[in-house]
Amino acid sequence: MYSEKVMDHFMNPRNVGEIENASGVGTVGNAKCGDIMKVYLKIENDMVIDAKFKTFGCGAAVATSSMATELIKGKTIQEALKITNKAVMEALDGLPPIKVHCSCLAEEALHAALWDYAEKNGITIEGLEKPKADIHEDEEIPEED
Amino acid sequence: MKDIIYFDNAATTAVRPEVFEKMKRYFCDNFGNPSSIYKIARENKNSTENAREQIARVLNADKNEIYFTAGGSESDNWAIKCIAESYSNKGKHIITLSIEHHAVLHTCQYLETKGYDVTYLPVDEYGIVDIDKLKSAIRDDTILITIMAANNEIGSIQPIEEIGKIAHENGIIFHTDAVQAIGHIPIDVKKMNIDLLSLSGHKLYGPKGIGALYIKKGIKINPLIHGGAQERNRRAGTENVAGIVGLGEAIRLINEDMPEELKRLTYLRDKLIDGILKNIPYSRLNGHREKRLPGNVNISFEFVEGESILLLLDMKGICASSGSACTSGSLDPSHVLLSIGLPHEKAHGSLRLTLGRNNTEEEVDYIIKELPPIINRLREMSPLYEEFIKNKI
Repeated sequence: MYSEKVMDHFMNPRNVGEIENASGVGTVGNAKCGDIMKVYLKIENDMVIDAKFKTFGCGAAVATSSMATELIKGKTIQEALKITNKAVMEALDGLPPIKVHCSCLAEEALHAALWDYAEKNGITIEGLEKPKADIHEDEEIPEED
Repeated sequence: MKDIIYFDNAATTAVRPEVFEKMKRYFCDNFGNPSSIYKIARENKNSTENAREQIARVLNADKNEIYFTAGGSESDNWAIKCIAESYSNKGKHIITLSIEHHAVLHTCQYLETKGYDVTYLPVDEYGIVDIDKLKSAIRDDTILITIMAANNEIGSIQPIEEIGKIAHENGIIFHTDAVQAIGHIPIDVKKMNIDLLSLSGHKLYGPKGIGALYIKKGIKINPLIHGGAQERNRRAGTENVAGIVGLGEAIRLINEDMPEELKRLTYLRDKLIDGILKNIPYSRLNGHREKRLPGNVNISFEFVEGESILLLLDMKGICASSGSACTSGSLDPSHVLLSIGLPHEKAHGSLRLTLGRNNTEEEVDYIIKELPPIINRLREMSPLYEEFIKNKI
């Protein structure tokens, strides 16, 4: 069901944990739907120098959190904004259709953390929209192949 | 210990080698169609009738009341759709349970689109029907009560003898989905006032693709599958001879073993429940402590999600299942766990372990040892647990 990369990031998740005095923290998802992601970012001079996460959810939720935090480290804020759910999925060699929403949640979690950073510092990040707390509201379950 | 530890016997079971042995000859050698007149065909007819007799004996039924089907889902579909159709002149109301298997629930929902009215009775926090609610749901136009003997997820056992009595006092037909119960707990169709009963081969160490429907003599029912005179004109299709023989032998054997197996599995089940609840905080048993199938364990772990538990157990060679959304193929967790009042997050964190004849005490000890670090590991990365601990301090 899962690719080897997904299993690797689930079994050996990168960047699990918290960052004390993080520059930005974003939490998305809800327990009702079975997945919550919390992303911590440390940002210095417009650069994401560290990222950590905590996730409640399935194998794909953990793996996409792990990969999303890997992808964002070392990126400038503008580069970080370009990390889409597709990029996370591609980096994991794909996800089953029913798990695509996990990658959307991971993208949203990064954006939520960046939004929090912008708010804390009273700045506007160009191209960043206020993240949705719950991406499931307008989601449809894809048909199984 | 085996490489693979199989704790998912409610999903399906391994065919007993002695059952497989009996089935083998019906593929390449004794392949005759039981409806044909030559010797190899006649012999097969005898074999299927012998299996019918074996099933009848276990249920305390007459052999002419047993009809072979392709499995539990077909039996449920046949019983519910065709009783509804055959008795529609009497009424169009059906009573069932909110925690039924989807083979029953979805069939009832289908009938609702055809003008039938269905009452889905709630269950209590242990997953047991409330008899008073059943009584008050009965109407003049109620034609069928369909309530499972035992639940597939949380193992709760329904008081079907009492339900059958109430049905008959009110002139209502009683069907029970006994797929999880047959061979595991005693079922007697006469004593329990059962009119129709569904059973399946692969839940009792028989093959997949074979099941049966018990239909009490005198019950009117149209066929679901048309096209031939098999099963006394009630279920068309060339008999699955090997499957039928396998089902007959499997049910005979499991029934012989039942008294001992019931004791052994109940002991292992209770040891497993106690071992998990004692070693893992913030966990709870789903279902009734005693009124549950001898092999069923269903526990929710707070702050973690079921599929993650299954993946980590799989790494330890342990096969299990969960009622989380990710394993149900939708965004909602199991309807059974929600019906017993579990909030979504606790339903997502459920783990079902179902024991069977091949499981040993050594395996039970192994999972009691392996599970706590898995739950801990997932809690360590759970934002819900982090929040909980922070609020606690």
